[in-house]
Amino acid sequence: MHSAARAAIPARHLRTDRWWLAPAATAAGLLAFIVYSTWRAFANADYYHAPYVSPFYSPCLAENCHTMRGGPNWEIFGSWWGLSPALLILIFPLGFRLTCYYYRKAYYRGFWASPPACAVAEPHKKYTGETRFPLILQNIHRYFFYFAVLVAGVLTYDTALTFRDEHYHWGHMGLGSLVFLVNIVLIWAYTVSCHSCRHIVGGRLRHFSKHPVRYRLWGWIGRLNERHMLLAWSSLISVALADFYVFLLASGAFEDPRFF
Amino acid sequence: MSEPQAVQDGKEQSGQAGAYQAHFRVWRGDADGGELADFQVEVHEGEVVLDIIHRLQATQTPDLAVRWNCKAGKCGSCSAEINGRPRLMCMTRMSVFDRTETITVTPMRAFPVVRDLVTDVSFNYAKAREIPSFVPPAELAPGEYRMKQEDVGRSQEFRKCIECFLCQDTCHVVRDHEENKAAFAGPRFLMRIAELDMHPLDAAPESGIDRKGSAQDDHGLGYCNITKCCTEVCPENIKITDNALIPLKERAADRKYDPLVWLGNKIRRRTE
Repeated sequence: MHSAARAAIPARHLRTDRWWLAPAATAAGLLAFIVYSTWRAFANADYYHAPYVSPFYSPCLAENCHTMRGGPNWEIFGSWWGLSPALLILIFPLGFRLTCYYYRKAYYRGFWASPPACAVAEPHKKYTGETRFPLILQNIHRYFFYFAVLVAGVLTYDTALTFRDEHYHWGHMGLGSLVFLVNIVLIWAYTVSCHSCRHIVGGRLRHFSKHPVRYRLWGWIGRLNERHMLLAWSSLISVALADFYVFLLASGAFEDPRFF
Repeated sequence: MSEPQAVQDGKEQSGQAGAYQAHFRVWRGDADGGELADFQVEVHEGEVVLDIIHRLQATQTPDLAVRWNCKAGKCGSCSAEINGRPRLMCMTRMSVFDRTETITVTPMRAFPVVRDLVTDVSFNYAKAREIPSFVPPAELAPGEYRMKQEDVGRSQEFRKCIECFLCQDTCHVVRDHEENKAAFAGPRFLMRIAELDMHPLDAAPESGIDRKGSAQDDHGLGYCNITKCCTEVCPENIKITDNALIPLKERAADRKYDPLVWLGNKIRRRTE
């Protein structure tokens, strides 16, 4: 970070606070999710316990899925797919979160130290940011957003299906329904608060006064967008918890308490 | 100004109740070299870091160079780095530090140093000149501009900028990589492009200026990896990243990376 004319200060930084805590906690949190979700995605087991289907496996796009009565069994990929069906669908939410403006900040800081914290010198000799391949692909975030809306729609359908009992009779609710309900609210809040969504809905306009409905929507999304980081983390945790809940039920470790 | 008010106050209030001695380290030097110098200096209740720098000038080191003007967080002159964080000296209260804490004050590290705490910020003026200014609409004469509040409200936030250049200083794109200065305008001036591109009466598109495309091609928008340090240090609390840089990235994506938007604009032959 030194050049001939700058103040000759050899230290990499002069910060006295615990600047390393935030990137370290971020990296640890993301790493924990990566480890858990990788295990669950490749496990190809314990993802369905009527009426609950794990959000990691929904929609199920291959023939090798559990039959989920009335559930999201859409065998687009047929019988040739032999791996875990979760891999087919997780690519979309993974892409959405990888290119998300919040997560970019999180992993650039936490994993790549670019920069590790404000006014703390990064360790890289060269920096080209998002000007080149592969990081220039971050610009396709809006396309992952479109897919994320579709996936959130399917998870909403799955949540509705949880208001059945294990014999597929409607009008029932268990603790799992509550877990799924909280999860889907957080998933939608995170998806809608996306910066690309804010742009598509109204941000790209120059004359809000000519589009009053879009202006109002833009304002609402803007208020959600201020909490994008909070929603990113809470929906990440909730989706993992929803999956873990199904795992506990499917593996027989836990019985779903029924409310009615 | 003959003698800063704070200096007079320092003399008058010496030994007053609540005063304490603080350990300051201040960078002294110029482009040829320098080092951190240690000082023990009196601090009074309610003072800010700039007060203490003035007291040092008055009592121990009269040739200490520091740039300042309003002492109210509005002129953007007294930008420096305090305990390694880019801040305005006049808006950093001494009460935020522990009384036993050593307080280190250095010049902004992204710019050439002139002397002591004063840096040469002309890089920013050069970048400002590279951005095409507002293009008046051909059909309206001065005085005939009429804009609705909802059309200008969004970019009014950006006009709070006091040009302290703390965002430019903290941005790692140029702070850690001097070689990027030629290609990268920095957050302050990318925000300026966003402001103009959102302006309801800017006639740049009609005059052949593509602000969205040039933000990416000519002003280095792609270098920004939205790590939000500019927002963190902004003394005006402008949400630079969320409200200017990311919207500008999305607008650049409209222009350069989204075939659907391109097709839609071709079919409808208009911009909104």
